[in-house]
Amino acid sequence: MSPALPLGDAAPDDGGLPASVAEGAAGRAFGLYLHVPFCTVRCGYCDFNTYTSAELGGGANQASYADTALREIELAARVLEGAGLPERPLATVFVGGGTPTVLPPGDLARMLDGARSAWGLAPGAEVTTEANPDSVTPESLAQLAEAGFTRVSFGMQSARPHVLATLERTHDPRRIPDVVRWARAAGLAVSLDLIYGTPGESPDDWRASLDAVLATGVDHVSAYALVVEQGTKMAVQVRRGDLALPTEEDQAAKYEIADELLSAGGLQWYEVSNWGRTPAQACQHNLAYWRGDDWWGIGPGAHSHIGGDAGGGLRWWNVKHPRAYAERLEAGLSPAAGRETLDLATTRLERVMLGVRLADGLALDLLSTRARREVAGLVADGLLDGRAALGADGHGARVLLTLRGRLLADAVVRALTD
Amino acid sequence: MDASARRAPAVLCRSPERHPLSPIPTAALSKRIQPASTPAELLRNFCIIAHIDHGKSTLADRMLQLTGVVDARAARAQYLDRMDIERERGITIKSQAVRMPWEVDGVPYALNMIDTPGHVDFTYEVSRSLAACEGAVLLVDAAQGIEAQTLANLYLALENDLQIIPVLNKIDLPSAQPEKYAEELAKLIGCEPDDCLRVSGKTGDGVLELLDLIVATIPAPVGDPEAPARAIIFDSVYDTYRGVVTYVRVVDGALSPREKIVMMSTRATHELLEIGVISPEPVVTNGLGVGEVGYLITGVKDVRLSRVGDTVTNAHKPATESLGAYRDPRPMVFSGLYPIDGSDYPILRDALDRLKLNDAALVYEPESSVALGFGFRVGFLGLLHLEIVRERLEREFDLDLISTAPNVVYQVSLEDKSVVTVTNPSEFPSGKVGEIREPIVRATILCPAEFIGAVMELCQVRRGDLLGMDYLSEDRVEMRYTLPLAEIVFDFFDNLKSKTRGYGSLDYEPTGEAAADLVKVDILLQGEAVDAFSAIVHKDKAYAYGVMMVGKLRKLIPRQQFDVPIQAAVGARVIARETISAMRKDVLAKCYGGDITRKRKLLEKQKEGKKRMKTIGRVEVPQEAFIAALSSDTEVKDKKK
Ligand SMILES: Nc1nc2c(ncn2[C@@H]2O[C@H](COP(=O)(O)OP(=O)(O)OP(=O)(O)O)[C@@H](O)[C@H]2O)c(=O)[nH]1
Ligand SMILES: C[S@@+](CC[C@H](N)C(=O)[O-])C[C@H]1O[C@@H](n2cnc3c(N)ncnc32)[C@H](O)[C@@H]1O
Ligand code: SF4
Ligand SMILES: [Mg+2]
Repeated sequence: MSPALPLGDAAPDDGGLPASVAEGAAGRAFGLYLHVPFCTVRCGYCDFNTYTSAELGGGANQASYADTALREIELAARVLEGAGLPERPLATVFVGGGTPTVLPPGDLARMLDGARSAWGLAPGAEVTTEANPDSVTPESLAQLAEAGFTRVSFGMQSARPHVLATLERTHDPRRIPDVVRWARAAGLAVSLDLIYGTPGESPDDWRASLDAVLATGVDHVSAYALVVEQGTKMAVQVRRGDLALPTEEDQAAKYEIADELLSAGGLQWYEVSNWGRTPAQACQHNLAYWRGDDWWGIGPGAHSHIGGDAGGGLRWWNVKHPRAYAERLEAGLSPAAGRETLDLATTRLERVMLGVRLADGLALDLLSTRARREVAGLVADGLLDGRAALGADGHGARVLLTLRGRLLADAVVRALTD
Repeated sequence: MDASARRAPAVLCRSPERHPLSPIPTAALSKRIQPASTPAELLRNFCIIAHIDHGKSTLADRMLQLTGVVDARAARAQYLDRMDIERERGITIKSQAVRMPWEVDGVPYALNMIDTPGHVDFTYEVSRSLAACEGAVLLVDAAQGIEAQTLANLYLALENDLQIIPVLNKIDLPSAQPEKYAEELAKLIGCEPDDCLRVSGKTGDGVLELLDLIVATIPAPVGDPEAPARAIIFDSVYDTYRGVVTYVRVVDGALSPREKIVMMSTRATHELLEIGVISPEPVVTNGLGVGEVGYLITGVKDVRLSRVGDTVTNAHKPATESLGAYRDPRPMVFSGLYPIDGSDYPILRDALDRLKLNDAALVYEPESSVALGFGFRVGFLGLLHLEIVRERLEREFDLDLISTAPNVVYQVSLEDKSVVTVTNPSEFPSGKVGEIREPIVRATILCPAEFIGAVMELCQVRRGDLLGMDYLSEDRVEMRYTLPLAEIVFDFFDNLKSKTRGYGSLDYEPTGEAAADLVKVDILLQGEAVDAFSAIVHKDKAYAYGVMMVGKLRKLIPRQQFDVPIQAAVGARVIARETISAMRKDVLAKCYGGDITRKRKLLEKQKEGKKRMKTIGRVEVPQEAFIAALSSDTEVKDKKK
């Protein structure tokens, strides 16, 4: 089961947005997230909003999903215009899941076409799709590139078969170099997702996974500490004692190993869980989340955000089940389930909460006076970079996490927010 | 109400000797027992006393029902346990008085019953109630037999010259042994086993007979109706709507509505705005006459102006001699109470002032702690009292509190022969001290004979001296010890229970002070002593205490962003140490497809949790750490696992 949606205010049936969201919009990038809620099997650790049945009924069937999503794209275009937002071509598109590549490439292409005709793509726009390593072929990847995708992110998770088995992944790790090669041949930039801290994964297993990633020569890696989410099969296995909960120490040590090996391999961290070869190769869509840019999330359970620094921005989220989602759209209604308006204080809090995680750091003057007084202590504890805090490195005084600070980023955020 | 409608349910009237429908006086007969005009010979004032949980409140329920004061519809178990906290815990904390009609052989009587608490912390509530009575129903659970508070309360009642009615309760229980315990009880009070009535408060068996016996054996009150009024205050309760409600027992004369009364100790004059009896809710009356028990309302807003033990008299015709006063309850243990959020201090002060209105046993004065900021040092009757006060403060006033480890009061003589009273370990003189004296109690322990060895061993460890031992029956003994209060007030009882498989019971009363070899153990976080964790313990136990506290704190304090060394020290000598290593990882790696709202709510929740911690130096210490210091369990769960 994927986690429940937040509790918020009711969203209007027409999806209409208040004029306050348009404030300063011309200066903000606009992106599109497109959720594909299908997978062939559900991995034991995963609690994403995804379903293994192809026949959820009506517009929620896999076969009609692209059409259903296209309806929301049309609605989005109308709503944004109605709220007085300026026309902005998409800076990023990110198709995530689930496993988007369980849909035929033609469906992904049609959805992308819909977005393109609604807003257009900015020059050099980043267009990513997630994919499972066993859900692509050289041909399908070429078709995606043809359709306008520029980037693919594979869920590799580990190079070690026993780790993949614990995670209940279906793909063969030997396939990774192949899929990377095929994607690059098709002209796609490639990212690999890894999970560390799986029960039974030794430090050497983890090093082997990192080495395997580096051997492929990819320009981007996301490495996530395994979270045993409530309601997953893995949580049951842990409760029964069949699997040991990953320890804090194990995960911390593995994060340090990752940072060490990846940096040595030429990949620099730009966000707590993400590394890229050059700043240009960082995932722009991902950065948009942490920077508080605007994006519209299409699909069941997808989240959206439109709004600027001055407050008055909106976050909203769609109904979770694909069936309910499809039914709302078929009835001509907005699929939004709830929303919240961000007042100035909340906007500022979020700015700190999100911005702290970035390697660019967060300008010190975005902190409250009280929070600024915490900075010295955090530098003394080795969580923040002292030179950056003083602006001594030439980029202006800012909050920049050290390696230890990245591991304790949530504690830093607690200290720096009121 | 039609009198016949108030008749007791026939099914409960099992007594063959009497007419089944006669126990409740008819309307005509009731005229003779109207409050303010009931002749003293028709009054019977009694209380129900017993060891905790022997069924006093349940028996009171049956009496309320049989006398028609509470009809079946309004009945609820332990009707007189009115406070939420009493109902939740299933115990009585405050005594409650109720007037009930009863008829024997065509004569109506007004019975005044007082249900009392059984727990040792509230013994003083019992002694207050006794002063309003001529008799006491001494209840003994027929499945348990005599226990320590049975003895303690019996002795209190005898000191007050009350007529005792021995009663075995819970005879419906399959495990009841009425023969055996009738013998025990008879031996104790010097009567025949047959004199012990057998009842069940649950089924109502025997309760009619008990009511008749009360009328037959408890003396009617005696007083001079013509004399100036003298009424003793035995309880004083603050009520938000009505102000102070004062419960009195009239000894001489009479009190009437709207007259002016005088509190004899303070000479303060008040007007009687309302006067009445409780039956079982307040009923306004035309006054109260000789021997009657009821309540007064004068409009005062502070119970201290209407003090328990004081004598009320008429202003126009004042009495010259007051009735004997009660002993003020003396706090036995002290603990610091601090708001977690320092800005709640004024709320805590007001809350204590409010509770004090109802709880004469509560004493407090402001104090400050380096670690905890501003708070109060509060004196309690015992740990249950502490727990209840704390819970009421948190619940009724929405406070988040830290209470420091409770301690007793020490008298420390300094080199210059001056003596300081230490109610807070952090005030313990740091230089060279002379003699340290600690409070001593006389404890009575009752248990089956097979546990004598286990009890002696326990008392030995607790620095006890055996005073004597008696067999109450073949297999039950009473052991008398002197023990330092500090050794029994915290976890002694739990230990006693587990060593006697639940059969041991304890009662104690303070008897004075004695010198002892005591030291102060300090607890240091990051090298700084935390005054709130200091404790005074016997020299031989300092090491064990230090190891235990340091171990507990290591488990209870979450990891911080830095290493936190924890030490226990006596003076400059470190006797135990542990380190909480710095937190390694505290970051959520992924974010759900842009669900920032969820992430922020999580942050807000974490920050809320942080607010419930107290920052000492730079270390965030959760409330549980302070509570655990208070608790007797040596084992606590590691919060980090
Ligand atoms: N079987 C049985 N249980 C009883 C009887 N009387 C009381 N109890 C039970 O014994 C427990 C204690 O009863 P209470 O009436 O609250 O006892 P108490 O003496 O008022 O207790 P404190 O006021 O706390 O000292 C409750 O669970 C009652 O239901 C009885 O006659 N028979
Ligand atoms: C939506 S999923 C990926 C796409 C694709 N379906 C796949 O699994 O290959 C995005 C990434 O989140 C990470 N992830 C999912 N569940 C996780 C969990 N419980 N703990 C840590 N990482 C998780 C995995 O690395 C996964 O690749
Ligand atoms: S394939 Fe990806 S989205 Fe699907 S269940 Fe597995 S981890 Fe979750
Ligand atoms: Mg009771």
